Amino acid sequence: MTLAQHDSFPPRVLVTKIGFDGHDRGSRIVASFLRDAGMEVIYTPPWQEISQVVRLALEEDVDVVGVSSLSTDHLLMPKLMKALDEAGLGHVKVVVGGIVPDEDEALLMDAGVSKVFHPGVGREEIVGGVAEYAAQARQLRSEELVT
Amino acid sequence: MSDRSDQVVQLPLPGFETAKRQWRSEFDGQMKDKPNPKNRSGVEVKPVYTSDDWDPSSYMDDLGFPGQLPMTRGIYPSMHRGRTWTQRQLIGLGTPEDFNERLKTLIASGASAGSLIPCNSVYRGYDGDEVDPLLLGTCGAVVNTVDDMEICFRDIPIGDFSTALNDPSPFTLLALLLAVAKRRQVPWNRISGTSNQSDYISHFVCNHMFFRLALPGARRVLTDHIVFAQKHLPGWNPLSVVGQHMQQGGATPAEAMGLTLSTAIQYANDCAARGLDPDDFLAKFTFFFDISISFFEEIAKFRAGRRIWQRIVRERFGAQNPKAWRFKFHAQTSGVDLTREQPLNNIARVTAQAIAGIFGGLQSLHTDAYDEVLSVPTEHAARIAISTQEILKREAHLTDVIDPLGGSYYVETLTNEMEEKILSVIEQIDEAGGMYAAVESGLVQKIVGDSALAFQDRVDQGEETIVGVNRFQVSEEDELPRQPLRPPQADVIEAQLERLKRYKSDRDQAAASRAEDDLARAAESEDENVFEKIVDAACAGVTHGEICHRLRDVYGFGNPLIVP
Repeated sequence: MTLAQHDSFPPRVLVTKIGFDGHDRGSRIVASFLRDAGMEVIYTPPWQEISQVVRLALEEDVDVVGVSSLSTDHLLMPKLMKALDEAGLGHVKVVVGGIVPDEDEALLMDAGVSKVFHPGVGREEIVGGVAEYAAQARQLRSEELVT
Repeated sequence: MSDRSDQVVQLPLPGFETAKRQWRSEFDGQMKDKPNPKNRSGVEVKPVYTSDDWDPSSYMDDLGFPGQLPMTRGIYPSMHRGRTWTQRQLIGLGTPEDFNERLKTLIASGASAGSLIPCNSVYRGYDGDEVDPLLLGTCGAVVNTVDDMEICFRDIPIGDFSTALNDPSPFTLLALLLAVAKRRQVPWNRISGTSNQSDYISHFVCNHMFFRLALPGARRVLTDHIVFAQKHLPGWNPLSVVGQHMQQGGATPAEAMGLTLSTAIQYANDCAARGLDPDDFLAKFTFFFDISISFFEEIAKFRAGRRIWQRIVRERFGAQNPKAWRFKFHAQTSGVDLTREQPLNNIARVTAQAIAGIFGGLQSLHTDAYDEVLSVPTEHAARIAISTQEILKREAHLTDVIDPLGGSYYVETLTNEMEEKILSVIEQIDEAGGMYAAVESGLVQKIVGDSALAFQDRVDQGEETIVGVNRFQVSEEDELPRQPLRPPQADVIEAQLERLKRYKSDRDQAAASRAEDDLARAAESEDENVFEKIVDAACAGVTHGEICHRLRDVYGFGNPLIVP
């Protein structure tokens, strides 16, 4: 990730929540972090259907999808990953933030999630991480376009 | 020697002033220009407090005695000396059978009250057969029908047991409980407990764990449910105004208290507009607050809130009944303060939070499990949370003296200062046309959101220390004797769904349809009691999800009104 890339095309990030939980303090705070860091943030209220997330990711042409989870909604992540892939969004990087028990982290990583940000992770780490994943997503996408 | 006595003679000031001046110069010498810290609500905290800050001659105006106006020292004459708080731990597990088993264990260990947390699918207003089964029962009990509720309370005499239902609008769980009572021929006037989280406003603003009836519909159903309880359920507290959501959502302690009192004013106005008598309905109002780790600030928050509320009910609503002056509250230690790093440290945090709540004069307490930040709490962690309460009560003797910090120069000054902050929030909401209007316009969401961001900034900049997170980090992690709760097995959920299917096919379909239609008609009408029809529908076999859908057809979905 170079600054030049970052400056010319700010990362586009979808910040969302899937499943049933409605606690959105985390997703709102992270959305404003990322916006303050110069990224273009598409923010949704909680309870998005997986199909809605995929549609938004497509329409908004995002580089990164950030999913916030407090209770057990993270269990749906494998389904989201599969749906993104089927929609041709395999290049999009997906990160999860919130309460994910250690014993479930492998489930998410195996499904292709790039990173789980646990409670206590600071703003810089999140902003830096998302910027890097966005750069990777762009890279992947440009390779896809070439081939 | 002679020099010193000369000095004494030369100083005309009384000892207090001299001593104070000397202290000040020594203090400044040591502290240089280090500014005073501010608490989370923005009150500047001095290094020492004296009678300059709070004059004990104002004792009767500011404090009075426990159970007396202005209620600062507590709402009952005997407070925790007479009756300690209710230990209400939240329970909610996969199936109604799981819940019933857990509840019986709790009763065997002495609990006289229980609380039911439904699955998130229930919160969202759905039955089990309309959602992804993957999430069913992962954070609460799946309760959709009278049969489910019957199993939840199997072998439990519901007429002699207090139940708190986490049951936001439209209060289907209460309706199902009343249907069970009817089946068992237990008179409704023996059903006791609380509609926890009946406060739709806090749900709209903060945690959004509600059925998403649009605001006007939620308002109508809440008021109808209060009217219904007034008529049929003398042992039921239909209203719990939830400051906890506001504070967990990011409001400062003073803002959370102010917004909660403004919410209660809104509901009281709505009840009064229905012609209810404030002396009756206000006596049934209860509150639910968060206890953060900002120790003295929380104590002052509760003391100030109690004092303000008695003034509001008397001055704004003319309440004459002393029961209506009582600011009854349940409190839960704050999960936001807990850390994933070195999670056993959370036991210390919860202890400090719990002490603040106890000194604040709570009526009911939930202590968080140390592992709540890791997952749904384990049995082991829940046990420690309960033991923490027993230790504070029985070993540390925190309940021997009522309002033990009353009269402390610091606590009294801080109580006054928090009172000012809280009053300014209430004034701001009054000016915006009351809480309902202030939520519709997004003002409240903005207040809460701004404070959430401001606090995160303080943490990121190291102004707020969080041990193990932004200071004192360690490389090795606590070894936890955890056996994480796992989601229910697929076959258990399958059986639950099978039961729902059977329930729907076995019921008297014509009676259920009639009850649903009646419900829809009542919802569209101006003068019928919608909650009465919800109870009728539950008794006629209509499910939770079906009731919610019919109401949504009439009132519409509420958008969470998020302010970007």
